Amino acid sequence: MISKRDNRVLRQGANTAAVVLALLTVFPLYWMVLSALKPKGEITSAHPRPWTFAPTLENFRNALGVSGFGRYFVNSMLVAVVVVVVSAAVAFLAAVALSRFKFRFRTTVLIMFLVAQMVPVEALTIPLFFLVRDIGSVAPGFGLSSLGSLMLVNLAFSLPFAVWMLRGFVAAVPESLEEAARIDGASRFTILWRILFPLVAPGLAATSVFSFITAWNDFVFAKTLILDTDHQTLPAALMVFFKPDENDWGGIMAASTLMTVPVLVFFVLVQRHMVSGLGGAVKD
Amino acid sequence: MPATTVTAPADRGDSPVRRAGGAPAPGRRRSGPLARIPVPLWLLLPAALVLIPLFGYPLYQLGLLSVLKFGQPQASGGVPTEFVGLSNYTDVLGDEQFWSVLGQTLAFAAFCVLATLAVGATCAVLLTRVGRWPRLMLMFGALGAWAAPAMTGSTVWMFLLDTNSGLVNEVLGTQGHNWMYDKWSAFAMVAVVVVWHSFPFVMITLYAGIQAIPDSVVEAARLDGAGTVTVFRKIMLPMLRPLLVIVVIQSVIWDFKVFTQIYVMTGGGGIAGQNLVLNVYAYQKAFVAENYSLGAAIGVLMTLILLGVTAVYVRSLRRSGEEL
Repeated sequence: MISKRDNRVLRQGANTAAVVLALLTVFPLYWMVLSALKPKGEITSAHPRPWTFAPTLENFRNALGVSGFGRYFVNSMLVAVVVVVVSAAVAFLAAVALSRFKFRFRTTVLIMFLVAQMVPVEALTIPLFFLVRDIGSVAPGFGLSSLGSLMLVNLAFSLPFAVWMLRGFVAAVPESLEEAARIDGASRFTILWRILFPLVAPGLAATSVFSFITAWNDFVFAKTLILDTDHQTLPAALMVFFKPDENDWGGIMAASTLMTVPVLVFFVLVQRHMVSGLGGAVKD
Repeated sequence: MPATTVTAPADRGDSPVRRAGGAPAPGRRRSGPLARIPVPLWLLLPAALVLIPLFGYPLYQLGLLSVLKFGQPQASGGVPTEFVGLSNYTDVLGDEQFWSVLGQTLAFAAFCVLATLAVGATCAVLLTRVGRWPRLMLMFGALGAWAAPAMTGSTVWMFLLDTNSGLVNEVLGTQGHNWMYDKWSAFAMVAVVVVWHSFPFVMITLYAGIQAIPDSVVEAARLDGAGTVTVFRKIMLPMLRPLLVIVVIQSVIWDFKVFTQIYVMTGGGGIAGQNLVLNVYAYQKAFVAENYSLGAAIGVLMTLILLGVTAVYVRSLRRSGEEL
């Protein structure tokens, strides 16, 4: 039998361990923001300190002004927002089909969505490079070095997971609601848009985070498909800071901070729905 | 929840279902051949319009490229492509480098999966044992690591590990040590970043799973005289099994496909390609060595390996009662 005192000691130990782990986990992010705010001399110092007494926005100014990160930020945002909105709409319809209807090949379609999540998309850069190049000769807005190409590609690669995850959310809405609306004479459009959509909205928010991450974090497609600097997005543009001789760590950390903040904000906003969403995605 | 059949009542022309297909059928009710297409197919149409040309077709092209001779001359259109059968595959499989890259990909992925699971599961159990504030702190810390893009995670850790101005060398008193020079040291550092990024998913999923186990079940077992270990082995583990399977397989798939962290942290595969994994190897073969068909063949082999993993996944989903 464990005595009350032992129990308290155990609990204290667990509390301490949790706090230490939390600090360790969050430390790299703290270091990133801190280093972005440090003046140049402190960053290149051989004895880095975990604080600074002379915070400066110089690194941010350099990143945004000299290196044109403002532009890359806007490019990234454009791609991510378009992907999130279109992917949510398309995935919503597909998820309704897969969780509300029984039809031939339903299982096949579901398994295809699952398989699509496993495909090593990086390998698909090879055929996609040529596909996008050929599209470009017909529709330059979606060809190489266009944001349109990144939107399309990231839409395709965020969709399978979004459908898979939303399926759980749609299935969780009681069918009796739609039944009641139908008896009241609501059209199918009204049912989808006025009944199901608002009820699935938290799920859509959670799903959107993952679509956003797919588009926002995409490095390999931006690197492969965007050949001019004007249309580059953040992850690939970050590579320009890396120089063989001496890396501008202040600039890299400032740019990294700019890139991390939108995702963090998005995560914190929808984190409540996200956990239940993952539960729904992995198990109804 | 079982999805019951919804028998479609007469469709109205203005339903989104129609619009989604971009095929207007104004005013008419159930007329013409379009109306005979079942509703779910209309709902799936937008997804199909995106996925078939942008996912299915490239996948087919990947397979096609892998049986062609397709290098820079063919890519620029000067030389016609040539069907070479399986010779790209025999080239790949006959190359010693492929086997060593495959080996280190598997070893790297296995290590990352085990470490992610160990850290994630430990944190999940810890979360159930701590007070409110430590729990919130760990949750938010994990959320931060989860949210950090692979790219910025890599850059921050590279800075922490930097030879001259990195904090790690300062703390350990190993100034001037290059963590990315030695092959296995470099792999280990990338693994740290991968685990840092992916343990939160495991932690939060398993924590939710543990919370979902009814207290009454555990209490009943305790009253019957079960100790902590027995409760864990005979109650928690079997009840968490389906979640564990999902978490393991998702981790296997992610860690097998790690690209950004390796590419960025080791500068495209490390010194003399010592840190290549299959994904980066295929990319380098295609876009650096400009042997697109060889890269495609590696991509196809990777896809086949992952399809095997998926088959196991689907089977265990089925067994755990997921309705597919």
